[in-house]
Amino acid sequence: MTAEADVGSGDFRFSMLLYDRRYRSITIQVLALLGFLLFVSWLVMNTVHNLQVQGKDFNFGFLWTRSGYDINQYLIDYDSNATHFRAALVGLLNTLLAAVVGCILATIIGVVVGVLRLSKNWLTARLMTVYVEGLRNVPVVLWILALFAIMTNVTPAPNAFRGESPTASMLFDETVAFTNRGTYIPFPHMTWQLGVFFLVLIASIAAAWFVRRESVRKLEAEGAEPIAGWKIAAIAVVPTLALMILGAGFSFAVTSIIRLAVLAGLIYGSILAFRAIGAALAPSIRQTVTALGTIAVVLLWLLWLGPIVWNGLFPAIGLDPTLKSFVPLDAPALRGFNFQGGLKIENSFVALTIALALYTGAFIAENVRAGIMAISKGQSEAAYALGLRPGRTMSLVILPQALRVIIPPLISQWLNLTKNTSLGLAVSYMDLRSTLGGITLNQTGRELECMLLMMLIYLIISLIISSFANFYNRSVQLRSR
Amino acid sequence: MSDLHAHSVAYVRDTMLPQADPPASETGAIGWLRENLFSGPLNTVLTILSLAAIVWLIQAIFPWFANSVWHADSLDNCREILDGTLGACFAVITERWRQMMYGFYPTEIYWRANFTLLLLFVALVPILFINLSARARAIVAATIFVLSGVLVWGSFWSDIGAVGAILLILLFAAFAFAIYEYDRTRKFLVAFSLLFPFLMIWLVWGGSIWGPVSALLGFVIIGLCAAYLPPVIGNLGATIVAVVGAVIWWLFIASAFSAAMGSILPFSIQAVESRALGGFMLSIIIGVSGIALSLPLGIVLALGRQSNLFIVHTLSVMFIEFIRGVPLITLLFTASLLLNYFLPPGTNFDILLRVIILVTLFAAAYNAETVRGGLAALPRGQYEGADSLGLDYWQSQRLIIMPQALKISIPGIVNNFIGLFKDTTLVTFIGLFDILNFTNAIRANAEWHGIYWELYIFVGFMFFISCFPMGRYSKWLEGKLATDRR
Repeated sequence: MTAEADVGSGDFRFSMLLYDRRYRSITIQVLALLGFLLFVSWLVMNTVHNLQVQGKDFNFGFLWTRSGYDINQYLIDYDSNATHFRAALVGLLNTLLAAVVGCILATIIGVVVGVLRLSKNWLTARLMTVYVEGLRNVPVVLWILALFAIMTNVTPAPNAFRGESPTASMLFDETVAFTNRGTYIPFPHMTWQLGVFFLVLIASIAAAWFVRRESVRKLEAEGAEPIAGWKIAAIAVVPTLALMILGAGFSFAVTSIIRLAVLAGLIYGSILAFRAIGAALAPSIRQTVTALGTIAVVLLWLLWLGPIVWNGLFPAIGLDPTLKSFVPLDAPALRGFNFQGGLKIENSFVALTIALALYTGAFIAENVRAGIMAISKGQSEAAYALGLRPGRTMSLVILPQALRVIIPPLISQWLNLTKNTSLGLAVSYMDLRSTLGGITLNQTGRELECMLLMMLIYLIISLIISSFANFYNRSVQLRSR
Repeated sequence: MSDLHAHSVAYVRDTMLPQADPPASETGAIGWLRENLFSGPLNTVLTILSLAAIVWLIQAIFPWFANSVWHADSLDNCREILDGTLGACFAVITERWRQMMYGFYPTEIYWRANFTLLLLFVALVPILFINLSARARAIVAATIFVLSGVLVWGSFWSDIGAVGAILLILLFAAFAFAIYEYDRTRKFLVAFSLLFPFLMIWLVWGGSIWGPVSALLGFVIIGLCAAYLPPVIGNLGATIVAVVGAVIWWLFIASAFSAAMGSILPFSIQAVESRALGGFMLSIIIGVSGIALSLPLGIVLALGRQSNLFIVHTLSVMFIEFIRGVPLITLLFTASLLLNYFLPPGTNFDILLRVIILVTLFAAAYNAETVRGGLAALPRGQYEGADSLGLDYWQSQRLIIMPQALKISIPGIVNNFIGLFKDTTLVTFIGLFDILNFTNAIRANAEWHGIYWELYIFVGFMFFISCFPMGRYSKWLEGKLATDRR
């Protein structure tokens, strides 16, 4: 395109800047740069002038002044006495929380729907098509608003849970409450049990990972039969489950044994006491009285005293035989006008993340479908010819190739979802835009600083995500010779 | 053979059995069910789950739809009519659809908006209809003609009068004919497509015709420079002269020209303020102008990003990555809060124009990436072929590369348009009255306080019936173009 023109090495003339291909590219670049600089300096000069006219300066000092507003969802400590900077940080963390939760859900939905759309089942495939086309052809703001309407208008108010005959009730054994003010779920106390729980969880996942790696290594080195996937999954999951069950059962078993022992001791003691009294009787009737008396004492215990002690005394002294979660949970309970305790999840958060996940999931489903369809049928046929079962064919032959097609658009969907969290604005979710670009901006009147800072932060998040994408692309790119 | 066998071995059959029908379980409805719904345990479970989902959805939604009320003047009235039964109150749509579609646009000139939309379809013909069969062209032409008839015959008859109606029908008859005879009238339709943006501005906003004409003349200057100057002062010189000439025209001469012509030949129609534009129409206006205006910029950016000139490349990449890295909503807030800081003091043009500028920049970055994809998809041989013919950069772009690259980018551009079109609902947040903001306004009204599903369903439905066909068309086009290139 830019082949060097065959021009003799004559004297340099100014017209060569325009006509000589060797110099023309430099001319164009210098002109472009000059134009750009002129444009930017024009913008900056206008801005400086406009700021002067309004008596404002360009200064980020406001970030360290008191914010004076509350945020209903904070991952780090925050109150209205904190600085604007901290408010922005809380907002950023809320943005990232919504983005991460949304991306995970969207990916799960997308993969399931994408695979089901390719299902041989006619009905399921059609249903999934309806889902995908219905979701992605309607603006995402509308989905957010619709879900928020469900969360706030369809769910009951907290006082519906109150009274003799409440119209609403908590779900899952009185632990979860959906209300129009938010969803309340139990939350673990920060105790040593929680530490043990996470330790076991991480250790078992690590063990599963090692076992799998070892099995793959053996398969490749010695051709040994690999360990089945469900066994590896069991290694990852069973210890934690066992801990939960045993932990809950252990306290139950111990208290039950103590209670049984105490009760047996009491019964035996009273029999001994009765016998001691019986020993004073005449020998002719002693045996009959003792036998009948013992039966009477046992019956007395079983029918009258026993239940009193078991149900009344034992709980009163703290020997409570109920099943308890291994990790102590703080369950929400209705106190006053609202639920207290547990973890409150804001309706705005639920509406935003679920709507984004459903919407983006529809796009991801299309990417997954396209990725799987991009793998030629010959690949699966060849795998079947080698004797691989459908599951193996999918995991060893189709997916590794399909992932190369799926992941880049998947990452760009994650990027879209992350940017779309700014639509939390529609439901007053306190994300970066609502704190830094919303209340802080309105309170301080520093539009320029707030907007620039906010754009910069979004830009950095986007660049981090897209550099992941580029890194992945480079690492899986087919090496063409 | 059979002869021989018949004589030698008595028990060998020498005639073929008649072909038996396949078993009943393998054919017909039962066979289809077995194959597609119950071919295995997993499949059966999926079928049952899907059926359960469908039944649940229908029994949850159908009674609500079936009992819906279409005529009432308030939500209370609606509930009285429903009398305790569960039912939708679509009366709100019957009452307020005009607002939700047209905003505050004057009722008596709705026809202008409608015909602009129809003209948009005509203008899109040369862009979107690639190698259509005669039958498909006939269908498109007939559809456009029938639609124009419907619009004239509909409630707009009284607004345009008999003469206007006949003129419009004749106009669209001509367009329909031109579309049907596309191969012969191609140049005419392309010219119309290029004129359409100015026509649209005039028809929607109204006022004097000389405003859009003087804006158009700036492009005429560029066109004339591009056509006649290169032999005289070279390509680069011609480009510079064209840009400088057009900018001087637009900045300093255009307004004086239109004012002068307006006083000599006053030809104007009822003017509409930007504030009056709203509803679904606003989404279409922002979406269409955003994509149309962003295309030239997008092409330039794509070429800049492909270019091996370092500074040009860097500037293009920076612009594209910046725009794609921030949410559209921040750009819209820039339009409403910051743009006045960046422009000379005293500049104060209306919010809709500011939004269109920012949306154009936004769409340009996305279109640039799409066009870049098109450029990258072209085989290298095309570039080398252009070089070997001795064409220079712009000639090869104009004659060889761009026609092919743009053609394969069209599906992507349509997809960008769908995305942008859906995103136009975000202008709600900076106070423009698009269809979504009207749902808020209607709900804030005492008569309809507490209604939401009906409004959301209507908004969703409008977007669905616009976006779904576009998406399907773009997919179809993609397939068609892919086979073209094989």
